[in-house]
Amino acid sequence: MNSKTLVYIAKRIGLAILTVWVVITITFFVMRAVPGGPFMGEKAISPAAQAALEAKYGLDRPLSEQYFTYLKDIVTHFDFGPSLKQRGRTVTEIIADGMRTSVKLGVIAAFSALAVGVVLGAVAALRRNSLLDRAVMVITTAFVSMPSFIMGSLLLVLFAVRLKVLPANGTTGAGLILPIITLSLYPMAYITRLTRSSMLDVLGQDYIRTARAKGVSGMKIIFGHALKNALIPVITYFGPMLAYIVTGSLVVERIFSVPGIGRAFVQSITNRDYPMVMGTTIVLACLIVVMNLVSDILYKVVDPRINLE
Amino acid sequence: MDSPKKMTLHVDMDAFLPATEEEKAYMVQMRPSSTFFRDGVKRLVRNKVALTSFVVIVLITLSSIFIPLFWPYSYDNMLGVTPGRPVDSSYNNLAPFAYGRTELRLQEEGATVFPHIFGTDASGRDYFIRVVYGTRISLAVGFFASIIVLLIGMTIGSIAGYCGGKVDLVIMRIVDIIYSLPDMLMVILLASVLKIGLTPVIEGTVFARIGSNIISLFIVFGVLYWVSMSRLIRGQILSLREQEYVLASRAAGAGGRWIITKHLLPNCISVVIISTALQIPSAIFTESYLSFLGLGVNAPMPSLGSLASDALNGITSYPYRLVIPAVVISLIVLSLNLFGDGLRDAFDPKLRT
Repeated sequence: MNSKTLVYIAKRIGLAILTVWVVITITFFVMRAVPGGPFMGEKAISPAAQAALEAKYGLDRPLSEQYFTYLKDIVTHFDFGPSLKQRGRTVTEIIADGMRTSVKLGVIAAFSALAVGVVLGAVAALRRNSLLDRAVMVITTAFVSMPSFIMGSLLLVLFAVRLKVLPANGTTGAGLILPIITLSLYPMAYITRLTRSSMLDVLGQDYIRTARAKGVSGMKIIFGHALKNALIPVITYFGPMLAYIVTGSLVVERIFSVPGIGRAFVQSITNRDYPMVMGTTIVLACLIVVMNLVSDILYKVVDPRINLE
Repeated sequence: MDSPKKMTLHVDMDAFLPATEEEKAYMVQMRPSSTFFRDGVKRLVRNKVALTSFVVIVLITLSSIFIPLFWPYSYDNMLGVTPGRPVDSSYNNLAPFAYGRTELRLQEEGATVFPHIFGTDASGRDYFIRVVYGTRISLAVGFFASIIVLLIGMTIGSIAGYCGGKVDLVIMRIVDIIYSLPDMLMVILLASVLKIGLTPVIEGTVFARIGSNIISLFIVFGVLYWVSMSRLIRGQILSLREQEYVLASRAAGAGGRWIITKHLLPNCISVVIISTALQIPSAIFTESYLSFLGLGVNAPMPSLGSLASDALNGITSYPYRLVIPAVVISLIVLSLNLFGDGLRDAFDPKLRT
């Protein structure tokens, strides 16, 4: 790793930290700008009670003070304050609770998308213009242009309502199958197309022809030379894939009633639980920013030819 | 003596003879020269997939505009509710081509009743017209959101590209940060807040008719999605600015305005149109996603996303209510994407992957 790469990594980390700070700041001030304050949605409360509530949550102090306290609490002990609607629980607890299910869902979806996508893409590239290749391209085109909530709803209608082979409710083990499939179909289709085009590109390179001319066996060329290099562009998709899975989980968890972070987020928007909305936005945003950072750096380290400036 | 300054000239007088008919025919232009635009259209028409998608888009757009004009039902008309009478619940949740109690009586008397092609929803509203209306809303949102993105992105991008230097540096750093924000999360956050904040502000104005949610959607698009458009246009302007023909034009005495309007803009217009065309499906997608989460259009106005979202409640009994908007939205997004790809292939062969 040369010094240029290190400078790039340092710059990239700087941008990531800046982005996280911007997200926190936007979230904080946007939430504070809502007219009426967080207690407006509830039944009429006396001014005294309102004042007491505001004092309890520190809303009566100046805005700048609130902002720095909020920032400090997040940075020092990852504290997003108490939830307004689920009394007695902190936002951090609720997020940690929801994350347990959502992370399981997301990780399985990501890995199955990666495994199936790479295999399908590679096979389609090796059998270019065959019936299989064409079928793969048509199906992935359809999957790529179908929004996740449509995909999830259609799977729900087909497998849970019509065929009744899988449960519609995603609270138990078997119930997680449909949400995972829904979440993984889009990234899978995308990875398939990415792998296919990059594999086709690599297979046309001179070093593949050289290897073939030297008498290297077909299998060794595919796995040792072609696939290894063809997978580099796939690394760049890690960040967007995570972003897709995070936003997709919001609708998927709603469709299949999975008790995850996505459903908690949507619920907190509907019932105006502001600390919860802020906390979840910030946590999910950090997750996406960090994943983008990792995939960018990995891309640079794996392929030193790439010039990012 | 020959002087060294003497000049002789040998002229072939044959070269000055009038051209024969044969030679004239050789010089005649056989067909009018093709323009860039005509070339592109020719390539586009040859692309079967793009052409089919275009026809599908035009059909869907026209029907979403004209069907509500003559359809006997409206999207917010609850058929079972007549003022002064108890609610007739026989109109709620009608199956396709089924009729309500009073309609059946009318039919027995010999009157013809316009059928409910897709039945009615849980509040007794004709579902077909709701789908048509939802399509209209989704298309309109996609179109206008893309125009907003185009205007903001083009202005900022061309300023950054043409001015260069410090202006460019500052704008591009802002673009970098907005670009690295997780867009969907920010969209959800802004939409959920603007929805509450805008309602009292637009009360009583024309905007109230459009609804606070759609306006907040436009604002969100204007704030977040201009970045990729401005990046694209800045890149185009930067590379075009260095082209030889711009240098030649400048050497011939052209001013800044002439160069921008005659050389820079016409050359990046195809890229701009293509990326605007590809922006429309993504805007439609975002709108339907937000509507699905309950952050889209205001009820009772339907959009394809909110129809799908509402259908989720009665999924076991009325799955077709979900399938219909789902199919329409996939069809729109797919054909817009394919048409956009076709446009790109036809008008900017350099971009082809």
